[in-house]
Amino acid sequence: MLQRCEACGSFAYPAREACPSCLSAGLAFVDAPRQGVLLAETTARVPSDVYFRERAPWRIGLVKMDCGPTIVTHLHADCVEGAPVRMSFQLDKSGQAVAFAHPEGETPNMADDKQWREMTADPKFRRVLVTNGRSMIGQEAVAALKAAGAKTVFVGVAEPWRPFAGEQLLRGQDGIEIVTLDAADEKSAADLAADIGGKVDILVNTTEYVRPGGLLDRRGTSIARDEIDQAYLGFINLAQAFGPAMRMRGADGINNSAAWVNILSVHALANWPAFGAYSASQAACMSLSHCLRAELRPGGVRVMNLFTGPVDTEWFQTVPPPKVAPRAIAQAIVSGLRGGLEEMYVGDVAEEIRQRLGANPKALERELDR
Amino acid sequence: MQSNNLLELAGAVSSGAVRVVDLTFTLSPDFPVIVLPPEFGQAAPVRIQEISRYDGRGPAWYWNNVTFGEHTGTHFDAPIHWFTGKNLPNNAVDTMPAKDMIAPACVIDCSAQAAQDPDFLLTVPLVEAWEAKHGRIPERNWVLLRTDWSKKGWRDYSNLKDDGAHTPGPNAAVMKWLVEERGVIGFGTETIGTDAGQAGHFEPPYPAHHFLHGAGRYGLQCLCNLDQLPATGAVIVASPLKIQNGSGSPLRVIALVAST
Amino acid sequence: MTNTLRTPYDGVVIAAPVTIPYVRYSIESAQWWIGRALSTLVAQAGIKASDIDGLCVSSFTMGTDSGIGLTQHFGLCVRWLDTIPLGGASAIAGLRKAARAVQARDADIVACIAGDTNHVDSFRLTLENFSRFNQDAVYPYGAGGANASFALIARNYMRTFGVTREDVGRIAVAQRANALRNPHALMKTPLTMEQYLAARPISDPIHLFDCVMPCAGAEAFLVMRDETAASLGLTAARLLSTIERHNAFADDPIQVRGGWAMDIGELYAMAGVKPDDLDIVQTYDDYPVITMMQFEDLGFCNKGEGAEFVRQHDLTIDGDFPHNTSGGQLSAGQAGAAGAYLGLVEGLRQVLGTAGPTQVRNASLALASGFGMINYDRGLASGAAIFAGPSR
Repeated sequence: MLQRCEACGSFAYPAREACPSCLSAGLAFVDAPRQGVLLAETTARVPSDVYFRERAPWRIGLVKMDCGPTIVTHLHADCVEGAPVRMSFQLDKSGQAVAFAHPEGETPNMADDKQWREMTADPKFRRVLVTNGRSMIGQEAVAALKAAGAKTVFVGVAEPWRPFAGEQLLRGQDGIEIVTLDAADEKSAADLAADIGGKVDILVNTTEYVRPGGLLDRRGTSIARDEIDQAYLGFINLAQAFGPAMRMRGADGINNSAAWVNILSVHALANWPAFGAYSASQAACMSLSHCLRAELRPGGVRVMNLFTGPVDTEWFQTVPPPKVAPRAIAQAIVSGLRGGLEEMYVGDVAEEIRQRLGANPKALERELDR
Repeated sequence: MQSNNLLELAGAVSSGAVRVVDLTFTLSPDFPVIVLPPEFGQAAPVRIQEISRYDGRGPAWYWNNVTFGEHTGTHFDAPIHWFTGKNLPNNAVDTMPAKDMIAPACVIDCSAQAAQDPDFLLTVPLVEAWEAKHGRIPERNWVLLRTDWSKKGWRDYSNLKDDGAHTPGPNAAVMKWLVEERGVIGFGTETIGTDAGQAGHFEPPYPAHHFLHGAGRYGLQCLCNLDQLPATGAVIVASPLKIQNGSGSPLRVIALVAST
Repeated sequence: MTNTLRTPYDGVVIAAPVTIPYVRYSIESAQWWIGRALSTLVAQAGIKASDIDGLCVSSFTMGTDSGIGLTQHFGLCVRWLDTIPLGGASAIAGLRKAARAVQARDADIVACIAGDTNHVDSFRLTLENFSRFNQDAVYPYGAGGANASFALIARNYMRTFGVTREDVGRIAVAQRANALRNPHALMKTPLTMEQYLAARPISDPIHLFDCVMPCAGAEAFLVMRDETAASLGLTAARLLSTIERHNAFADDPIQVRGGWAMDIGELYAMAGVKPDDLDIVQTYDDYPVITMMQFEDLGFCNKGEGAEFVRQHDLTIDGDFPHNTSGGQLSAGQAGAAGAYLGLVEGLRQVLGTAGPTQVRNASLALASGFGMINYDRGLASGAAIFAGPSR
């Protein structure tokens, strides 16, 4: 994304309020061509900033974009002066969007680059806690993270005395460890954190508690309480149990703690009356996630929210398609972590709601009422 | 009874001449609860949240907020719990007669059978065989079914399979018989539920609940340490929390046993 | 020579060059340093503070103060006031404005002062908050300091024109030799080419002795009309010409020349001199590569010949091309915005014959340049002035 002048078409960087070619104020961010040439590079060995001081030596460069601007950028180790590069903006550990240059073509073990890994939360080599292994999403996430090279995947299972579908697939597998975790129970979360909290690099919160109904067709608050207990208070318990250690370990070598992932209903953004109370519990979690993001930021730990429409699971049986396959969510978790993203929309419903919310929120509210 | 006897009892408890056996599991969040099909409402599990622990939230004191469903942990079922008892007088834990909270118990040991068959069912002939040995069950006695189920790990304890729980309990005939022919004050088990795990398929479904509560009698479940009780002669103290119009509650169940 | 239509600086003189000796770290505020400079100016010129009716200040570390706050702080009552935030170009820019102010009689005596303190953490804080483009598009890359940004410029320049580290090192080594004669220079030990080459890398190809040492200090001078100077009995240097340029050559993808190259013809035409006529040259030496670029852009050689130029010349006080005679920022220290003044103030002392141990014999015609504000990927501001002593 770069600013492009709506009047004269020239690209501008760094971001500004008037076009340096024609002084037009119409500078919109657009997807810009990503090709450029590396003009010069330097290896900063004693940067003044403490973050980079700790990670020095650190390579940066100056890239002349084919579309015009010159960009100071972080460099992938395989970038060569005078050669073409491919640019992207990444969120660094402080949440700031920064330029990153990759070599034009593929190079061996490209994703393992030290500087690139600082920009992402690649599960490769890392230890991950998937908080709810009972759910389809949780189980698919375990498989996807393992396939992506995670060193260990801890799988939380509440009420371990209750068998569940798919349990056999998780047991006895190398690098997968079932642990007792009832996120809604303060003590359970604290007990597990005391046990493995120091080695959770990525936490994937797959808490799932979906029940239909809004206000008038439900009696009492016991289901709403369960929703709040599981989703919202569960989130708080997990955050209080695991967050402090994760924040402390944000710079703990190569396998530092890197990310916290929430899987949220896209109806956190716009209430869906058919699942109205559930939507509200998700909205509460989304709000909390922004708080968590701010609180984890000093440690350089990212919070990624993955928004999804109805998932192809039991509790959405009666909902017509399109629905999101749990496997698609699992793959999105991995790709989001690899890309170092803060937000992802998985599936058509989520994407549509995102767009329509931007275009006309009142119309969307009416639409969801059908 | 003269007050002397009560003082004598207290002295015997104090000296150990009368043993006090605790039949209660610790009330904790990880203790299994009954699992109903997900479309039904569920018992809230036990939650213990610290209010303060000699810290900034309360420098000199420790205390918790505790929440739980009425039917969690070692708990008591009142007649109002079941539809068959819904119109009886004094059918809730707050209105039931306090005197019903103390009663003798007959303990029927089926631990051997239950070890062989998780779906073991207590039947009238089995109780009759027990009576042949220990005498007729007196009226207003608890009947406690010993299965040693309480000694199992949680997974085997709840023993959930695809078709539901498989745990021992009474069949329909014996429950009707105990209530109508023996006038028991209640029926107690070590398992989750006074009924067997598969009792939903019985006729009537959940016969222990059906017959006990329909006749204003009580249930006790998730008991432990029944192996420390004699077949007869123990006195059970089971006083549930006085919850307004409550259908049951977790409680401390103790048994008084004369030393032999 | 280029013709110029600009009004000459007839009658404008510069007097009372003041340097408050630098220290590496100071617990004093920038206002303290500026106050010392002001006090010394008054004493040196033999005037009263109330005679000063114009004030021009530059500082990075004054906090929320600007020139107006300083008037009350120092009890000045002025009728002309400017605060110039142009970093290394502040001295030239301040001089230009002050010159026109006294020439037009908007003011009679303008005090131009730059001063900065250096607390243990103030350098880093200055970097963090330098400019919006810097905050958005440079600081997040760990560069922050000018080191990495200039490293990119230096690397490209050196590769493009075949410049070696040794070529660049000649400038730093010569300046250190000069500094050893300046009792106020922070660097007090000799620097050999071997030591220069063996220094630890900071941000390739920038090594330790390519970097200035941030410090605290202040520099100042007075600008007035020649009749004012005469009435005060002050010897003064005549201002002959100046240039100033910002954001030049914006289309160069990476900086290989500064704004001087646009205006060089006018600089010499207005002064009526040629580069060869200059007795001393004081460039803005935040990095020796930038000095080498200035040798080209200020007309001492062609673009790409800077390395050859330094190979052919002796840049020390006694050499054939006396340059940065105080040791420059590289060896005397960089006292924030006062670094912009360092060369101009030293040049003034030279043409007034008051430079003491660093004095170049018979120096009467000097050039001082300024360069500053690496807002994003390049230095945006450049300027230069030529001035002559009373003997010319």
